[in-house]
Amino acid sequence: MSFLELFQLAVPETIIVVTALLILIVDVVSMRDLDLRFRFIISGMIACVGCVGAIAWILISHTHENAFAGMLVIDPLTQFVKIGILALTAFTVLLSMDGDFTDHVGEYLALILLATVGMMFLVSAEDLLMIFIALELTSLSLYILTAFNKRDIKSAEASLKYFLFGGMSAAFTLFGLSLVYGSSGSTNLPEIATALAGKGLDPLLIVAIVMIVIGFGFKVAAVPFHLWAPDAYQGAPTPSAAFIASGSKVASFFIFAKVMAMAFADREIAGSGAWHGYVAGWVPVVAIVAALSMLLGNFVAIVQTSVRRLIAYSAIAHGGYMLLAVLAHTQQSLSALIYYALTYGLTTIGAFGVVAMVERGTGGEKLTDFAGLSRRTPLVSFCMLIFMLSLAGIPPLAGFFGKFYVFSAAVNSDPSDLGLLWLVILAVATSAVSLYYYLQVLKQIYVTNPATATGPIKPSVLTQVVLALLAALVVFFGCFPGFLIHGL
Amino acid sequence: MLAWTIYISFIGVLVLMLLPKGNAALARGVALLFALAGLGLGIGGFVQYKSAIAAPGSDKILTITNADWISALGIHYHLAADGISITLVLLTGLAAVAGILFSWNIENRTKEFFAFYLALIGGVYGVFLSFDLFLLFVFYEIAIVPKYFIIAIWGSTRREYGAMKLALYSFIGSAMVLVGLIAAHVVSGAHSFEVGELAKYSYSLNFQMWAFPLVFIGFAILAGMWPFHTWAPTGHVAAPTAASMLLAGVVMKLGAYGCLRVAMTLFPDGLAHWRTCFAVLAVVGIIYGATVALVQKDFKFVIGYSSVSHMGFVLLGLMTLNVIGLSGAVLQMFSHGVIAGLLFAVVGRMVYDRTHTRDLDDLQTMRLSKAIPFAAVTFVIASMASMGLPGFSGFAAEFQVIIGAWSAFPTLTILTGIGILIGVAYTLRVMQKAFFGDADPKPDEIHEPFAPITAPERIGAVLLVGVSILIGLWPRLLLDIIVPSFDSPLFDWLRRGK
Repeated sequence: MSFLELFQLAVPETIIVVTALLILIVDVVSMRDLDLRFRFIISGMIACVGCVGAIAWILISHTHENAFAGMLVIDPLTQFVKIGILALTAFTVLLSMDGDFTDHVGEYLALILLATVGMMFLVSAEDLLMIFIALELTSLSLYILTAFNKRDIKSAEASLKYFLFGGMSAAFTLFGLSLVYGSSGSTNLPEIATALAGKGLDPLLIVAIVMIVIGFGFKVAAVPFHLWAPDAYQGAPTPSAAFIASGSKVASFFIFAKVMAMAFADREIAGSGAWHGYVAGWVPVVAIVAALSMLLGNFVAIVQTSVRRLIAYSAIAHGGYMLLAVLAHTQQSLSALIYYALTYGLTTIGAFGVVAMVERGTGGEKLTDFAGLSRRTPLVSFCMLIFMLSLAGIPPLAGFFGKFYVFSAAVNSDPSDLGLLWLVILAVATSAVSLYYYLQVLKQIYVTNPATATGPIKPSVLTQVVLALLAALVVFFGCFPGFLIHGL
Repeated sequence: MLAWTIYISFIGVLVLMLLPKGNAALARGVALLFALAGLGLGIGGFVQYKSAIAAPGSDKILTITNADWISALGIHYHLAADGISITLVLLTGLAAVAGILFSWNIENRTKEFFAFYLALIGGVYGVFLSFDLFLLFVFYEIAIVPKYFIIAIWGSTRREYGAMKLALYSFIGSAMVLVGLIAAHVVSGAHSFEVGELAKYSYSLNFQMWAFPLVFIGFAILAGMWPFHTWAPTGHVAAPTAASMLLAGVVMKLGAYGCLRVAMTLFPDGLAHWRTCFAVLAVVGIIYGATVALVQKDFKFVIGYSSVSHMGFVLLGLMTLNVIGLSGAVLQMFSHGVIAGLLFAVVGRMVYDRTHTRDLDDLQTMRLSKAIPFAAVTFVIASMASMGLPGFSGFAAEFQVIIGAWSAFPTLTILTGIGILIGVAYTLRVMQKAFFGDADPKPDEIHEPFAPITAPERIGAVLLVGVSILIGLWPRLLLDIIVPSFDSPLFDWLRRGK
């Protein structure tokens, strides 16, 4: 394959890289002295145009390609996930345009776009080396994005914790991947599967799988690798937190599911997490991780007073639900996982957008700062109602169908035995618990009156439009999930 | 036509949200209009159904729409109705109109109140008209959220606690149903969630032995079955009048309807094994609810516990597994819905909004039978109906349930009779204390005369009393659509059991 052919396959990624560099040049060269908001809008618009251009290119190029044995795989599924990631990036950029946490606009948006490039390569990768490179590109960009608010020490603290944790997890991941290479003799996922088939679980492979689960578990903030998440979500500037919670989650879950389902699909390696049919393998390990995530995430979120930490712990819980789809490793569960992750991303960006607006309006993001919000900004409060109820899993919103689809797929993975039903029961029970803390936020917004008399908050037109659009998408994909599933 | 009951309620929500703030009269008028439209459509559906079942060879089910929705999971947007559904749709329409009439005096955030109210009504209509279990579940959960906000914002005693308790209990109940639903769907291998399709598969007895109680209890939590009923008194007392009317009148029937439509239809073998247990729990609920109501100091708590007691009749009727008992249960759902609405309307709107107290000892000093005679008369009539006096709908329904129960559980039926006696006791006690007490007021408690009973209150009261008397004197009006429903293919299991 010539370089030109490879380049043609990677056009969307190239578009995004060019956009990132363009924003850097434009901002540094010509806009340093201009008003912050103006710079954000111009650079943000360039970023959005780049994302839309990349989406357009993906839509018009229909190719099935596999470059260099899994380094870059183009098929309808990966293209669809890429479109989803680009859309989430565009929304994050749109919501960051109201920000005032940094003067380095160009660098900020360029880093977001570079992280997006990392995610795009990540979902196209079926080779262990490529997976690691893309993972690192994404992670390094996200570490820096977390630290971007130089005026707040919590941002630096969050970033340091994220970086140290992440660096250690990357080391685990790499070591695990190299052990897999050692066991199987290849770095290409399907080849690994054929090499490992029939060999069973030998100790080297066990260590390798555990390390890979640790590495990916960190990325998706699963218990017990979740400790970075609450601080990162609380300290990072809002758009960075939104980005970590949405796009990065989609890409990480997708690649986690792909690696486990493709490379370790063999029954002896996968094992079974069924209630009475326990077989050693990675499935029961991930099942325990999922169960712990659901329990810890939901129960600790109950006692939070900071809305950002509440969203962080709920993200850990949602990670648990999504892990349910990972460990079912069927075609239907992959489809359910992507639906859940994409709609969860949309909802989380919206929720963080509202949190950012409240922070600007009231100066804090504690639960009490949300008091009386419905009388101060009716439209944004209604959007928050939609986001919180979607996260709780109330129909007809996307969050409900996501959970339903994931739970159905998990039970369906073993129709004769209903082996994973215990995990689904746990998921449904903890999901019921989650309604409590989501209603706490909504209670403040709709029921409680503010302690001191306060006037209306007027968010910018852009924020209102973006939030309304996100809420509309959540309702739309909830009522007509066929549109998303069709692409899967 | 019946599907429009749902759509019109949600369109009403949108219209109300777009109205200008502060114009309470406009909000009330719009809400009443949409509720009346829903009631009218319900009556239209009633007529439509009667003519449909008159045709020979009809399967007694009126299909309204059946469209592909989420083909990946075999989910259809399937709306249909049988006599049971239509009875409950009529009840919802009546309760909605009456509730709005009795909320005419709400001035604080009026349009939001009616928006949440219509959203709740829309969800309830949806549950009664869905024959696809996924769709039924969707509407069931849609109904949970407006309840929370109505109670938390406009309620009274311990409203935030009561609202959260109610929301969480309902959600946990629906979570249990979800698990059972997914398990049934997967085990049956049917690529469909339609209740008839899922019911056709014969699930293994082992499966039904745990799936039936899971789904039944999930729904029975909302129906106020003992011992899962504790959300009901707290929630009813905390709720504003219209919400209490709707909660006790309609929402508890959602649970009972779910028990019948989902749990009993899908898992008849599990039902056969568990029916005695649940019949016992139903009778315990009847006696417990009545006994606890007897000792309450708060007027509204008495009515709240009486709701738990009356719902016990519904659950007992469901467990009889004969057409008389089952149709009695459905009739009791309708009858109690109307009567509970009336009782809560008197307690909340007519008495509490004027006296600002619900303590029975305090009310004893107020001579309410002279101060607000209309309220006293309405309450006496409602009490007669609640006690099961012939001439009112309560008698027709409870009588049928008892006859049906006698052939199935004779001992329990005798205990139910005791429950009825205690029912008479608490009703007469509360009537005497609240309206006909003649204790002397303390000197510092003399107050101005109460506001007169307004026209909306009178209309609402006459409406509900009229319906109760109508069905009491002519129960065939409803039984003529309820009883044929048990001939439909959905109730094959009932005939097979004979």
